[in-house]
Amino acid sequence: MATSIGRWQEKEPGLFDKLGHTVVHEGELPRHSVYTRFLHWAYGICFFLALFTGFATYMPFLFRWLAPAFGGPATTRMLHPYFGVGFVFFFGLQAINWWGPMTWTEADSRWMGRLSQFLRNEEAVEPEDVGMYNGGQKLQFWEILVGSIVFLVSGIIMWAGARSFGATAVAVSYILHDISALVMLFGIFFHLYQATFGQPGTIQAMTKGTVSEAWAWTHAPAWYRQMTGRDPRQALEQERQRRIARERAIEQLARSSGPGQPPSGRS
Amino acid sequence: MSERTVLQTQQISGHPGPVPGRGTQRDLEVCKLVDTTTCIGCKACEVACVEWNDMPFQPTTFDNTYQTMPETNWNYWNLIKFREHQREDGTLMWLMRKDQCMHCGDPGCLDACPADGAIVKYANGIVDFHQENCIGCEFCVSGCPFNIPRFNPETKKVYKCTLCSDRVGQGLEPACIKACPTGCLHFGTKEDMKALAETRSKQLREVSGFKDAGVYDPEGVGGTHVIYVLHDAQNPELYAGLPKDPKVSFAYKAWKSIFKPLGLIGATLGFVGVVFHYVFEGPRREQPEVPPTKPQSPAGRKEA
Repeated sequence: MATSIGRWQEKEPGLFDKLGHTVVHEGELPRHSVYTRFLHWAYGICFFLALFTGFATYMPFLFRWLAPAFGGPATTRMLHPYFGVGFVFFFGLQAINWWGPMTWTEADSRWMGRLSQFLRNEEAVEPEDVGMYNGGQKLQFWEILVGSIVFLVSGIIMWAGARSFGATAVAVSYILHDISALVMLFGIFFHLYQATFGQPGTIQAMTKGTVSEAWAWTHAPAWYRQMTGRDPRQALEQERQRRIARERAIEQLARSSGPGQPPSGRS
Repeated sequence: MSERTVLQTQQISGHPGPVPGRGTQRDLEVCKLVDTTTCIGCKACEVACVEWNDMPFQPTTFDNTYQTMPETNWNYWNLIKFREHQREDGTLMWLMRKDQCMHCGDPGCLDACPADGAIVKYANGIVDFHQENCIGCEFCVSGCPFNIPRFNPETKKVYKCTLCSDRVGQGLEPACIKACPTGCLHFGTKEDMKALAETRSKQLREVSGFKDAGVYDPEGVGGTHVIYVLHDAQNPELYAGLPKDPKVSFAYKAWKSIFKPLGLIGATLGFVGVVFHYVFEGPRREQPEVPPTKPQSPAGRKEA
């Protein structure tokens, strides 16, 4: 067998080598570098801070109770654009980082066509052409990128205010900023769900930086092939056989180990 | 309003003569009438405003007109705007308009303001800013069709004319009215000022030869509590850009009150969606799935 613990570092800015490392255990594949993870959590935190300050300030009829946490309504409003700039800055770096793997391909169009099957869990594993990111993830990435640009432009207009850009520009920005926020909020529920309850075993990609091989051949078969050089379907079948064989071996062991043991429940 | 009429005396037992106060019930809404045709540009109202509101005078810019400064400021709420206008026959007119908050019936600043209690509209029509609740977002600036609210970058609060709500609340006229030497400024109920303005416009049309003279009380913002008599009511833009048909932006009307809350409901459907997915479809697990733990068959219980 391979060594039980392998260390893996991908090419990334030197600073992040010192910030953390990625330990790849046996049966795992490295998925996100320290740099990628750092950016993800940086803009993730900024997103929620901007979301909550935005809610508290601009939807006070429902969320004014959030304002005291940020130091009162005036401070909340003062902080909101800085959180927003932080979000756009870190997401912008991530967009550069992810530009290649997020490029839209034929496979993603096919994936979008099969969206209803995906949502209904009709197939246990993803089609073989699904790479590091599936069509849905890429769609969300591009939505957030476009949304960030809308946020930035409309946000700067509102930040400088009607004094600088005129009343109409601010009024239009107000609507666009809202739409961008609502669309992103709608999307973030799916992101949170898929990363945690929807696809168990996913969130470690952004915490430890690794995923299990089983995760890879299930959710990103083409990426699995790219990372390991093995056929994802074959690997899955081998694993299945290995488990059946193991099960049988345990049963045999139980049977031969004497009459004291209760019979196996498996028929 | 019903409460005003509830205690109005109609009949009195054994009382000689007419019932005192009967029929004198007045419209609660106050109004400032600015007759631009009799303004001489003396700036007494400007001085009275900074005096009463205890605002220091600021260095200003001279722009070769009879105007104190180019625009109103956060500590200068009342400015006589001066425009020289050449009429079709080649003669000149000096147009002087007292620029201040119009105290709209349907205030765009109030619609735009997201801060609780930062802008209030009193029953008498005065629109007032409460700076202690202001969060400094300046949406009122973009919501105002008259470009009135002024931001103070130091305090990060917005200020404007209060129509001397502190004076009016005590039964006094606004400071500018008290200072005006020509009688160009009037203060009273909306109804009375409207009638006075109409009378004056009629006089201008019939006697003074201003055929287009009229009252400026724009409907688009629900009428205002500062109304003008203009020589040329057809072209209010001549008076330093008084908007002809001011309106509150769609963004702070339909969008803010209807579509934005609907959008929030729409966005929470994302949450509802994933909960439904988890409940009815279940998570998507890594394959091959780990089989459920074999139930430990208790002795004597037959398994299926």
